[in-house]
Amino acid sequence: MSLWLQQIGRQTLHRLATLGRSALFLAGGALFIPRLIFSRLFIQQLFSTGVLSLLIIIVSGLFIGMVLGLQGYTILVDYGSEQAIGQMIALTLVRELGPVVTALLFAGRAGSALTAEIGLMKATEQLSSLEMMGVDPLRQVIAPRLIAGFLALPLLAMIFSIVGIWGGKMVGVDWLGVYEGAFWSNMQSAVDFSDDVLNGVIKSIVFGVVCTWIAVFQGYDCVPTSEGISASTTRTVVYSSLAVLGLDFVLTAVMFGEF
Amino acid sequence: MYSRKVELAVGGFVLLGIGALFLLALEVSGLSLSPGKQTYTLIAEFDDVGGLRPRGKVSLAGVTIGQVTSITLDRESLKARVEMAIDTEVDYISTDSIAVISTSGLLGDKYVDVSIGGDLETLENGDYFYSTQSALNLEKLISTFATSQM
Repeated sequence: MSLWLQQIGRQTLHRLATLGRSALFLAGGALFIPRLIFSRLFIQQLFSTGVLSLLIIIVSGLFIGMVLGLQGYTILVDYGSEQAIGQMIALTLVRELGPVVTALLFAGRAGSALTAEIGLMKATEQLSSLEMMGVDPLRQVIAPRLIAGFLALPLLAMIFSIVGIWGGKMVGVDWLGVYEGAFWSNMQSAVDFSDDVLNGVIKSIVFGVVCTWIAVFQGYDCVPTSEGISASTTRTVVYSSLAVLGLDFVLTAVMFGEF
Repeated sequence: MYSRKVELAVGGFVLLGIGALFLLALEVSGLSLSPGKQTYTLIAEFDDVGGLRPRGKVSLAGVTIGQVTSITLDRESLKARVEMAIDTEVDYISTDSIAVISTSGLLGDKYVDVSIGGDLETLENGDYFYSTQSALNLEKLISTFATSQM
């Protein structure tokens, strides 16, 4: 019994310490961000987190939009209001699916890579050698990855939404024959720029910060062995996904809830 | 690792993202870059606004001429006070016009329909509609019918 209590105490303290360490780590990394805009390190990272994620984002966006079009049509056509399909697709994508699915894919595609990369740097003592040379790894390794992730996710989410809407239009208008004028005009009258589009962008910025933070910290804080790196990579994907889905509920309640 | 190609790809990626934002703003949310139309305010008091909401449209003969800006409860008359922003081009709404809350389709959105009168004088900024007609409340209608208190 006492051992069990002891275990709870140790776990709590351990979690708390990790949380504090990660907050200090984020603050330390973010401190270098203003000096890094347009530096080579940053552009290189934006390439590997953003540009290389484009393909998966575009392909999934297209298919999700097409599925929304198909499902929305079969439901709405029963009520004779299949013109509302444009509004349905645009609102679901811009408010929810764009930021959330992009963040989940980003955690799997770019987040896991970040963790593994930094974890391996730690395991092969590259981070320590940087420190030995008098270069702060937070500045050289961490800060460029943080800012690249912060920036890449909102951009990817907007591309996701646009491609999804285009996919939905392809299925709804070109394939199922919804009248195109009604499709766009319904969409434009239902979607508000600041209420829907900007709130979606704010969501994706929050998700970008959280996903990148978790990924980079998990790599930096991993146990420097093969098992440690693999465990950290798994944790990155699990924690990021949970954080994104949980935060999404909170953000949605704050932004769109009427209370 | 680092090359011109990487820079180009990143530049293209950022442009693509910003382009997506522009498309979302212009095509999807219908935001227009040109300054908004000049409008003037007309006010109508209804007994019951039903499901009318701010940003609902105001139409004349089926043509949209403005939108509902606010719906508040008037303290004294205890009626719903609906403010509408009407395009300044439409400056010929006569003083005896009626503001009617209608529904587009059977289950569609509520909107304000203006039926024009015959008076020569026209309503100006801040004027009230002299006569209004409230939303058709289906439940009230049915209960009146059921208890036959016609």
